[in-house]
Amino acid sequence: MKILVGYVPTPEGEAALTAAAAEAELRGASILLLNTSRGDAYIDARYANADELAAAEAKLREHGVEVTIQQAVSEGDVAGALLKAAAAEDVGLIVLGLRRRSPVGKLILGSTAQRVLLESPVPVLAVKVPSPHD
Amino acid sequence: MIGLSVFGDLLHGFGTVLDPMNLLWAILGVTLGMLVGILPGIGPALTIALLLPITFNFSDPIGAFILFAGIYYGAMYGGSTTSILINTPGESASVATAIEGHKMALKGRARAALATAAIGSFVAGTISTVLLTFVAKPIGSLASHFQATDYFAITLLAMVAVTALVGHSLVRGLLSLVVGLFIGLIGLDSLSGAPRYTFGTLRLLDGIDVVIVIVGLFAIGETLHVASKLRSTPERPAVLEKGRLRTGYLNKSDWGRSWKPWLRGTALGFPFGAIPSGGAEVPTFLSYSIERRQARKKGRDEFGDGAIEGVAGPEAANNASFSGVLVPLLTLGLPTSATAAVMLAAFQIFNVQPGPQLFEDQSTLVWTLIASLYIGNLILLIMNLPLIQIWVQVLKVPRPLLYAGILVFACLGVYSLSGSGYEVLMALVIGVAGFFMRKLDFPIAPVILGVILGPTMEEQFRRALVISNGDASVFVTRPLSAVIIVLTVLALFVPYLPRIVARIRGTRPTRDRLTFGEDD
Repeated sequence: MKILVGYVPTPEGEAALTAAAAEAELRGASILLLNTSRGDAYIDARYANADELAAAEAKLREHGVEVTIQQAVSEGDVAGALLKAAAAEDVGLIVLGLRRRSPVGKLILGSTAQRVLLESPVPVLAVKVPSPHD
Repeated sequence: MIGLSVFGDLLHGFGTVLDPMNLLWAILGVTLGMLVGILPGIGPALTIALLLPITFNFSDPIGAFILFAGIYYGAMYGGSTTSILINTPGESASVATAIEGHKMALKGRARAALATAAIGSFVAGTISTVLLTFVAKPIGSLASHFQATDYFAITLLAMVAVTALVGHSLVRGLLSLVVGLFIGLIGLDSLSGAPRYTFGTLRLLDGIDVVIVIVGLFAIGETLHVASKLRSTPERPAVLEKGRLRTGYLNKSDWGRSWKPWLRGTALGFPFGAIPSGGAEVPTFLSYSIERRQARKKGRDEFGDGAIEGVAGPEAANNASFSGVLVPLLTLGLPTSATAAVMLAAFQIFNVQPGPQLFEDQSTLVWTLIASLYIGNLILLIMNLPLIQIWVQVLKVPRPLLYAGILVFACLGVYSLSGSGYEVLMALVIGVAGFFMRKLDFPIAPVILGVILGPTMEEQFRRALVISNGDASVFVTRPLSAVIIVLTVLALFVPYLPRIVARIRGTRPTRDRLTFGEDD
């Protein structure tokens, strides 16, 4: 079995990565790390550079987890890319990082996480960034 | 004493430009220019086109021209940024910069590349503005001896030369030019008052407002064109390594290797801007190849692998070309690039007639404009490097939002002019036509030149014929006119120079035809 983690080099992405690593260790599963960008801006900080991907990979290997990395531009449909990757491989769990969005922002731009949660054929683990006050 | 009066006039100009309101326009202009310069596909012509309708409400044209000039050369500064950082030239004038600049960035020397580009732009901008200061008035007084036949010939030269040099096909360029001339003809004949090409509608009696054509072609058409490429070529977003911006500015050897290319670039850019060659693209590539040759002579083989000279030269050239462009624009009313044509339209809107009389009639305006170039260059130098992280933020804007915003703004601008949906519809129709022209590889610049210069050319042509009692030979019997017309014919052959030279030498041509991309 594989665990698909939607990774972006932000605190949300790191939280997802941590959760995915723990889950993979627990289940003895390998990890499929997917990093993608809508690809509609000239620079997208969420499109990880080589250093960030290497750091993520190292973090997973530390946990003794097998990892495959996929990086692609998803032409405006990030949720679709995640779902497609989940369907293509033997994925048993999707791990996502959540961030707070304003209702208006969601109305206009939609929510990737919401689409994955509703449309994924496999269970989805959604994690938040741990609040600094805890 | 010509020299002294120039200083007096210039000081007066500085006095006006340092007025807080004008200073604000200068800052706004260069900031906007910087931003659009950074954004690929969005150039100064588009930006000035967008702002043209708004400036209609300005009580004082000086502010508008300070703003427009700021946008034009601010874009030259900004264009280098994306060339260097993500290998995507923001403007056609920065294509040459990308070759070496991005290589430097990959080697961790992005800061040095950005610095040599910015300082080189400043040096070139300032030197060429000094040249403009001293050259403009004498050329203006020279031009006051021009007669109608000369004006006709020189307008023809401007249109034909720019048409021959931009775009990939001469035939397409000439077709574009004819479309522009046709649009310029629509409306009442200025001499006889007969309606032309109005198709019986009253709406077209006044002709198609040049602003509508400009907004349609440059703002709407160009935006549709860049937006249409969003889906067909999904680009991978460039990865901006954070480390790329951390290494130091210029070291001693960088300065030593940069200053000569700066000066050589300036020397190339200024004259090429002044002749009708479509703006900054020709001199930047010339500068690039000259620097490469110089480096080889010295036994340096760093070109192709991030040579600082390859950034310093072209960047100086593109900024110097801007002041060069202003020489014929101010003294003869002759645009040598698309952006200059748009600026000429702005002059016409404010009823300011560029030409020999400009320096007498509108002395304050001209000298304030020139003084604003000095100030603007300084502002850009100060703002450029320290704020680089902020400039780069505009690249994170999702492009669909950006393009949609531009289209809305363009329609709003046209509507604000007339308050009628008819004009908006007209702009949209022209925009869609412009989109298909771009799609089918027809250059846009000749259309604008045709629309703006066509009526002038016609007027001078008919005036010349009236003076000569209908004898058409005046155009070839007056030596000056004849020389310019011969130059016009020669300009048609310039793109084929490599082929012609090769045939004479009996070798195979290395390049089929000289082509220069669409100018901004």
